[in-house]
Amino acid sequence: MTVFLELTHISKHFGGVSALRNVDLSLKAGEVHCLVGENGSGKSTLIKIIAGVQAPDPGGRIVLEGREHSRLDPIHSTKSGIQVIYQDLSLFPNLSVAENIAIGSHMGLPRLANWNRISDIAAKAMARINVNLDLETMVSDLSIANRQLVAICRAMAADAKLVIMDEPTASLTRHEVDALLSVVKDLKSRDICTVFVSHRLDEVMEIAERVTVLRDGGKVGTFDASEITSRRLETLMTGHEFDYAPPQPAGEAAEVVLAVRNLTRPGHYEDISFDIRKGEIVGLTGLLGSGRTELALSIFGMNPPSRGTIEVSGKPLIASSNRVAIASGVAYVPEDRLLLGLALGQPISVNILATVLDSLAGKFGLIDPAKRVAAAGDWIVRLNTKVSDLENPVGTLSGGNQQRVVLGKWMATKPRILILDSPTVGVDIKAKDGIYEIVHRLAAEGVGVLLISDEAQEVFYHTHRVLVMRQGRLVSEVHPLSSTERTLQEDIYA
Amino acid sequence: MPKTIQRWTRSHEFWLLAVVVILSMFLTAATDSFLTLQNLFDLLTSTSFAGILAAGLLVVLVFGGIDISFTAIASVAQYVALTIAKTYPIGWFGVFFVACCIGILCGLFNAAIIHKVRISSVIVTISTLNIFYGSLIYITRGDYITSLPTYFREGIWWFEFTDSNGFPYAINLQALLLVVSFFMTWVLLNKTNIGRQICAMGGNEIAAERLGFHVFGLRCLVYGYMGFMAAIASISQAQLAQSVTPTTLIGKELEVLAAVVLGGASLTGGKGTVFGAVLGVMLIAILQNGLILLGVSSYWNQFFVGCVILLAVSATALSQRRRHAGLAS
Repeated sequence: MTVFLELTHISKHFGGVSALRNVDLSLKAGEVHCLVGENGSGKSTLIKIIAGVQAPDPGGRIVLEGREHSRLDPIHSTKSGIQVIYQDLSLFPNLSVAENIAIGSHMGLPRLANWNRISDIAAKAMARINVNLDLETMVSDLSIANRQLVAICRAMAADAKLVIMDEPTASLTRHEVDALLSVVKDLKSRDICTVFVSHRLDEVMEIAERVTVLRDGGKVGTFDASEITSRRLETLMTGHEFDYAPPQPAGEAAEVVLAVRNLTRPGHYEDISFDIRKGEIVGLTGLLGSGRTELALSIFGMNPPSRGTIEVSGKPLIASSNRVAIASGVAYVPEDRLLLGLALGQPISVNILATVLDSLAGKFGLIDPAKRVAAAGDWIVRLNTKVSDLENPVGTLSGGNQQRVVLGKWMATKPRILILDSPTVGVDIKAKDGIYEIVHRLAAEGVGVLLISDEAQEVFYHTHRVLVMRQGRLVSEVHPLSSTERTLQEDIYA
Repeated sequence: MPKTIQRWTRSHEFWLLAVVVILSMFLTAATDSFLTLQNLFDLLTSTSFAGILAAGLLVVLVFGGIDISFTAIASVAQYVALTIAKTYPIGWFGVFFVACCIGILCGLFNAAIIHKVRISSVIVTISTLNIFYGSLIYITRGDYITSLPTYFREGIWWFEFTDSNGFPYAINLQALLLVVSFFMTWVLLNKTNIGRQICAMGGNEIAAERLGFHVFGLRCLVYGYMGFMAAIASISQAQLAQSVTPTTLIGKELEVLAAVVLGGASLTGGKGTVFGAVLGVMLIAILQNGLILLGVSSYWNQFFVGCVILLAVSATALSQRRRHAGLAS
């Protein structure tokens, strides 16, 4: 394979902070290369240098198709066939699929737009990767997975020779990821180099030929995918060994804290029955649309079931609103922590205590700031979060720490049942590990946990048993100790 | 084909058109004078100023910006152009040329500040509204211009014909400018690559920058176009009023903004069509006209206009939410 792009001695400083230190990278035509590293490892900076958005510090060398440059600029790098698909996809929601794909034909000097040519370019780009979307649909009406396909088609339309995808799988379901991977195989057969930038490791391992690992702005190394395991990759990325101890088994005789019987809401889920005992971590998985989130929302009172019963510690829960559910000891940490879980502009202490502000109120319903800070500080310690000042806005924390704040907010209500919907989406390994640790500790304190996740691996390694949903029904129960991850995968996809 | 029809019946414009048609039918039935050639011509003539401005503002909103200063730009443009026209024989072309140069310059001034200082366009244009208008009032001391050149006072009067009552009609300056303005805007937004770039910018500015759009150039074009339209509108208005008063245009900003938003343009950018803006302008004009014909006190005018805008915008928001909920399930 010929080398398409070769970077040597690339460094980048922002003020006094070094974002990249002496990094080398070579990308061959037609290879699938993964660039992995934790948040802040320098992945994004490296991509921006390749895209020409940022110039590297003097001293580096960039050889693109045999020609040497000290830096690239966006126009040159696009012309040479470098296409970056950013995590936000950079699409125009108000324009049609065709126009988004063929947006390049709108560039340049003022002239009339050629609509026939735009449809033509778009149709050809879609044909090249066997995608079939309606050309006239507005991108805002597409699912995330289809938007991603539009973004890839746009790269195809621009005659990409190197496609860099930044966290392409972060918001996709397993099924959609498979579709994406088959598109990538297609790119490979056309001699197009694909770079995946990711921190979801299982996918990385599935498709990569070579893996380059960055840590704290430096390059750890480039490895053949065959010589690397996902365990080893984690160690390379973080510099730590992680030890996945399964959760302490919960006692068989422990009190049942959540009993769901024949719960039904037509169109969402049918005839669901299960128990969660005190101190037990139960996984709930299934494809998007399998009804898992709808079920969780029902237990939390936000999606009333039409039949069936829910009991919390033996008392029936008429889940008519989330206030009732919270009062009876159910807590819910939503999937999209940024959107639903936190008031980003508000101080950390206020966010942690948002659910229990009433109990902190003194005379006249006013809240004593000192009491607030003390109570919040208590939670910060329990959740093992590093925070410089409790009065800083939550938005200033890292993703993992934000997730802990959301957890803290619900733990403050002293729940019997904690429902976690995809708690580790978008957080890096170290933060993930911290979250699992918290979950295990909460369970040890006697909370019953329902852990919802897309990732079979996650529920398999961090729960006592896993419930699998398919098309609104509970289809199987997998016990990690007496089963394999493979079995679980098969149950999910069946 | 059914898909195209479905898309159309779901659109904001479709519902707006339905409301305009129903309102017109109601007014035709309820009054003798609504559906007369004379009333419709009056309607067209008196809407010209707001309509031309709406065409310019639509482009700004689609781009993702906003401009509040256009009435001040219009005031300055017409005052300067007609002050010169009073003394020098510059003719129609000269009047338009001077006004448009001033309009475009003021627009570029807005664009430059918004771009360089990177503050929100609403703040910038509120400030420049005051700057443009304040300077005009200071320099003119609020004096009117009444002695306009003869050719200007006569206006244009093409394809004249007379109806059975002996009432003369013709294509006048106002109608002509209105139609041309909307047509130009339609061509710009839908038929040129630059127009599509403007729409794309409004949809996702970051993505546009990443793709290498010339953002400053587009911004200059958009605000310059608004200034240009303000100048055209100001000449149309001055000809209709047969005089120039520096204070008379200020305060019409929100009415124009309301018409464009009513037409489906979004204040967050990326959304809005020329047809929608035309309908928005029409609806407000017909509503005001209808209230007068029905004998409703003119004090109620603004009240009803406000209600209609609120209803239309809420209806669109609700139907969109329902559709998105439908997509999600």
